[in-house]
Amino acid sequence: MTYIFDGTFQGLLTAVFEWFERKPGKVMLKSISIFQPEAFAESFTVTTNAKKADRVWVGLQKKIKKDWQRKYYCSYLSEIPEAYNHLFQFTIYIFQNQMGAESNYGNPHVIALAKYAKSVEREKHRMEAFIRFQKTGDGIFYANIDPDFNVLPLISNHFKNRYADQQWVIYDLKRKYGLHYNLASVEEITISFSNGANKHNLAPVLMDEGEALYATLWKDYFKSANIVARKNTKLHLQHVPKRYWKYLTEKAI
Amino acid sequence: MFDRIREKLNILADAAKYDVSCSSSGGTRKNTNKGLGDSHASGICHTYTEDGRCVSLLKILLTNHCIYDCLFCVSRKSNDVKRAAFTVDEVVELTMNFYRRNYIEGLFLSSGIFKNADFTMERLLLVVKKLRLEQNYNGYIHLKTIPGASEELIKEAGLYADRMSINLEMPTEAGLKLLAPEKNHEEVIKPLAFVQQQISQFTADKKLIKHVPKFVPAGQSTQMVIGATPESDKDIMYTANAFYKNFSLKRVYYSGYVPISNDTRMPILGTQPPLLRENRLYQTDWLMRFYGFKVQEILNDANPNLDVDIDPKLSWAIRNMQHFPVDINKADYKMILRIPGIGVMSAQKIVQARKFGKLRIDQLKKIGVAYNRAKHFIVCMDSPYQLKDYQGTQIKAFILAESQSKYLKTDSNQMILF
Repeated sequence: MTYIFDGTFQGLLTAVFEWFERKPGKVMLKSISIFQPEAFAESFTVTTNAKKADRVWVGLQKKIKKDWQRKYYCSYLSEIPEAYNHLFQFTIYIFQNQMGAESNYGNPHVIALAKYAKSVEREKHRMEAFIRFQKTGDGIFYANIDPDFNVLPLISNHFKNRYADQQWVIYDLKRKYGLHYNLASVEEITISFSNGANKHNLAPVLMDEGEALYATLWKDYFKSANIVARKNTKLHLQHVPKRYWKYLTEKAI
Repeated sequence: MFDRIREKLNILADAAKYDVSCSSSGGTRKNTNKGLGDSHASGICHTYTEDGRCVSLLKILLTNHCIYDCLFCVSRKSNDVKRAAFTVDEVVELTMNFYRRNYIEGLFLSSGIFKNADFTMERLLLVVKKLRLEQNYNGYIHLKTIPGASEELIKEAGLYADRMSINLEMPTEAGLKLLAPEKNHEEVIKPLAFVQQQISQFTADKKLIKHVPKFVPAGQSTQMVIGATPESDKDIMYTANAFYKNFSLKRVYYSGYVPISNDTRMPILGTQPPLLRENRLYQTDWLMRFYGFKVQEILNDANPNLDVDIDPKLSWAIRNMQHFPVDINKADYKMILRIPGIGVMSAQKIVQARKFGKLRIDQLKKIGVAYNRAKHFIVCMDSPYQLKDYQGTQIKAFILAESQSKYLKTDSNQMILF
């Protein structure tokens, strides 16, 4: 038996609700975007329902502590197809067992969630580290990203608290939405780039006049801080994998 | 103007890079004044240089003019290098603009000693005060305590800095005397002790009074240069241990000496920095701080130096085979921590998971245990029955045979005898 849901967080929770209402035995959960009908397997399409989802979430909050609620949400943000099924099975496992069942690292779903959460948190941390703002002519600090996982919801508070006195935009090119902080609150935005505009690099004419100076100074600093006698390319690449170089001012040629 | 500031930054960043402290953790400053910056509890490494070291802070000297002539230092008086000095405003502008672009986590400000200690400390204080009071800056600040500066100045600086540090430079007094006759450890110990005493004073006050200003919330650290003088690993780690104990230091850094001088008292120019040794010392440091090892267990008169080919934890285990094998399903957390191939995270997971049933090999692997290493030291649910009782040396040979050291290719400190 396969349950199909729409890929939303509420959809996932609704699926759990439906399972407990029907108790159909062993079920796989799949997102509609990757579902392929199988000849001999039954399937059931979950209709997302906010009320049902809420009930499941409230119940789950009673069963697992804050740190695991976060792991749960992070695993969802990983957007990995198998993660949805692990989340589904994990939720059922939690509801069917005593409090504290989430610390059973011998359980395959517990360990899977711990791993997904770790990957997502790592990506989140990398974004906090590797995002480089460019100051535009109208005083907004702008940065593009295309992270492996959907981490914008996780980094919003960090940047809001840190850069409270400057307007900033962080735009996820892959998922086509971004965050804009307007000195009061953070809002979700979408940008429609005009045809032919280079999404990845802002045109120099749009920049603040000090931008080139500080970018150059930063590149200089990056070079000066290196100790040539200790060169260790392997370690360097381990910490700054090549796929992140596109963000980094100091790595731009 | 543009070129001048570039040149200054190049000179003063280059001179500051031998200070290895990069940590930006432990800061507790919150952005409550709608200013700039908010500290991140665990710190953030914003990038890594090509030598693999993290860049978290804008690490610069205020000036590289110095009245001292310490042999191990690039900024020593007798060294023929370009000299430069930042103005207070230049440092403030650089810090603010780098921080706003998310390049850095904060400022690490040090300086050569010009005129005298107090004069230098005053200028450092001017920078941090301007950042905190005029610019509403809440980012991280790591400030060097200038040995010999007055206690009033140090105390005031502590109100604005997150971390303060003074470098021991050489692990022993004798080593320091050899290379820097004008200096001694006493000069370092006095201000370290003073700041430590202030920190505990402020913490004690905090229990009684609600609003006590922060005083060096991220604590103090120090640094030792390794391999410039002939100290043993035991000398180094015993000194480190004493400083951790006596001054509640947050960190001791070990910096492999990068040859910068032709003086015959030190390794000649072109000698490779002792990277492997540095790595082993950090491993020992971690064992002391997070794994419950006493320094005497790892280094003692019988073993004054760390093994080069294997890490200190494995080396301890092989010397103490009477403690093994450890039963994963029964042993207490402290003992599990001591098993080679099991780290803090895995140990915690094991202790939680075994409440739900005895653990098997495949579960241990999933939990993150380096099983190929750990298997020689543990038993679990489905451990294969072993007839032979292997000696420590045999186990070492097994492990070495299946692992490849990342240092073997680059290490030139090893002598080849045959």
